[in-house]
Amino acid sequence: MNYLAQRLLTFPLILLGVSVLVFVSIRMIPGSQITAMLGTEAGMLTAAQREALAAYFGIDQPVWTQYFRWLAGLFQGDLGVSTIYARPVLNVILERFPLTLQLALMSMTIALCIGLPLGVFAATRNERPSDLIVRILAMLGQSTPNFVIGILLIYFLSVFFGIVPAMGTFTPLTVDPLASFGQLFWPAVTLGFAFAASVTRISRSAMLDVLSDDYIRTARSKGASSMSVIWRHALPNALIPVVTLSGVEFGYLLGGAVIVEQIFALPGLGRLVLDAITQRDYALVQGTVLFIAFNFLIVNLLVDLAYAALDPRIRIGGRK
Amino acid sequence: MSRIFASFVRHPSGRIGLVIVSLYIVAAIMGTFGLTPHNPLAMVPIDRLKAPNEAYWFGTDILGRDTFSRLMVGIRQSMIIAFASVACATIAGTIIGLFSAWLGGIWDGVLMRFMDVLLAFPAILLALLIIAIVGPGTITSIAAIGIVYTPIFARVVRGPALSLKQRDFVDAARTFGSTQPYILTRHLLLNLVAPLAVQVTLALAWALLTEAGLSFLGLGTQPPTPSLGLMLAESRNLMPQAPWLMIFPALTIMLGILGFNLAGDALRDILDPRTQRREA
Repeated sequence: MNYLAQRLLTFPLILLGVSVLVFVSIRMIPGSQITAMLGTEAGMLTAAQREALAAYFGIDQPVWTQYFRWLAGLFQGDLGVSTIYARPVLNVILERFPLTLQLALMSMTIALCIGLPLGVFAATRNERPSDLIVRILAMLGQSTPNFVIGILLIYFLSVFFGIVPAMGTFTPLTVDPLASFGQLFWPAVTLGFAFAASVTRISRSAMLDVLSDDYIRTARSKGASSMSVIWRHALPNALIPVVTLSGVEFGYLLGGAVIVEQIFALPGLGRLVLDAITQRDYALVQGTVLFIAFNFLIVNLLVDLAYAALDPRIRIGGRK
Repeated sequence: MSRIFASFVRHPSGRIGLVIVSLYIVAAIMGTFGLTPHNPLAMVPIDRLKAPNEAYWFGTDILGRDTFSRLMVGIRQSMIIAFASVACATIAGTIIGLFSAWLGGIWDGVLMRFMDVLLAFPAILLALLIIAIVGPGTITSIAAIGIVYTPIFARVVRGPALSLKQRDFVDAARTFGSTQPYILTRHLLLNLVAPLAVQVTLALAWALLTEAGLSFLGLGTQPPTPSLGLMLAESRNLMPQAPWLMIFPALTIMLGILGFNLAGDALRDILDPRTQRREA
């Protein structure tokens, strides 16, 4: 079977698997949803009130009935009602998503703008001191967790430059684009740093691979300038692994950067999940996790399509 | 084996990686046996928030506990979780990958789709769900990180195992009447040691990173046991007054991950013939 067709067919299957896994696992968390919602006041409920609440949230039914009911709702765009926010889950998610999407896009832009030129530069200076410096920097960047970068960034900015990164607030792009970019700038730098390191490493090694190919030697012997060889002949082919890596990383970023959102107190998807899990908001956890997995799988599918577009060998036959 | 070790030591990244990892293992062992300069849990109120000095090399925290000693115990904690979780992931992933490749057909489909389901979760999210179910702690962190990385090992093993299965020597072993367990371990597993070794080293770096992230969120190692992530998280409120509380844990986390990354890169260069051309 064609590779892409197979991917498309397994897509809904994996999503279904994710939904079952989340549905069952959140119900394995000890403690009841009602107690988590009401706290100590739950003790004051009469048995009848408790039952009524359970019936309202649909958690009085067997797990499988609950699951199929939820699945049926899903196809009508109904992900249930969040107990923390007392609003439809879909609305809560869609309210948080713009921040996460914008942050992911900004981080990726920063990563590509730094990583790609550095990687290409290092490849053309193979084994010279400048290549070594780039490689050491990239290795360091890849070994630094983003929360370490975030904290160090906040420290140096505030102590040495008197800049305090905006925290806790988010202005949507549509309201005030400048403020919106400003608020997400430092978190995007934080996330973009390690991402840039991976882009540098992969583009360097891909570029080195391509530069040793026969057709590059042919182009060089035909008298093409070294600039033209690098940018026109080599780079398009070296981009394939870069696209794959960026796609996968972007997919992860769309799932919300839990820790970085926590450090900069940003109301994104990552913190939403964290809150939902700790406060046992069943519907919200299910909805958000499914949404994140869906995004991740869609991005991966798009990466595969882009891969096929960049590499004709995949389009025609099986995988190389 | 000794040839591989020799080329590992000759490789610049390998050498540096080896030094860092050895230092961390020594620190972890000393931390385990209480060979720390001070008691990592002892509070000395009179020495609160002391900057690094002769008595306290890396300074003290708000309760007067020695940062250096706490870092040593934190390294031990991180190493235990990283090694144990990667061991779990390697064993589970190898078994799943091997069986998937060997049995093929419906088994392969079901097992690998299940791995795809696990891979569709961002790592930290899957770990959070598991921790929410079981409750935070060392064992939970090991299990959570182990489960998160199992699918990666399953994939690393399945691919090469599928192609090994088609090779003549496996057919030959079968016609000679070798038992299935013998073929699986002798002919498949032994040939997978190289890719697995690389993956294990790199996974140790990720596991250190994930563990630090979880304990940073307060969902990993629980106080009063020191952990690198938690020390970093706690340093945030004292950033201007006591920057050493932030800088040393941050560097310790970074350096540890760097060590395993360097070692993994060197191993990959040595064991993977495809990259030798590039690095030569």
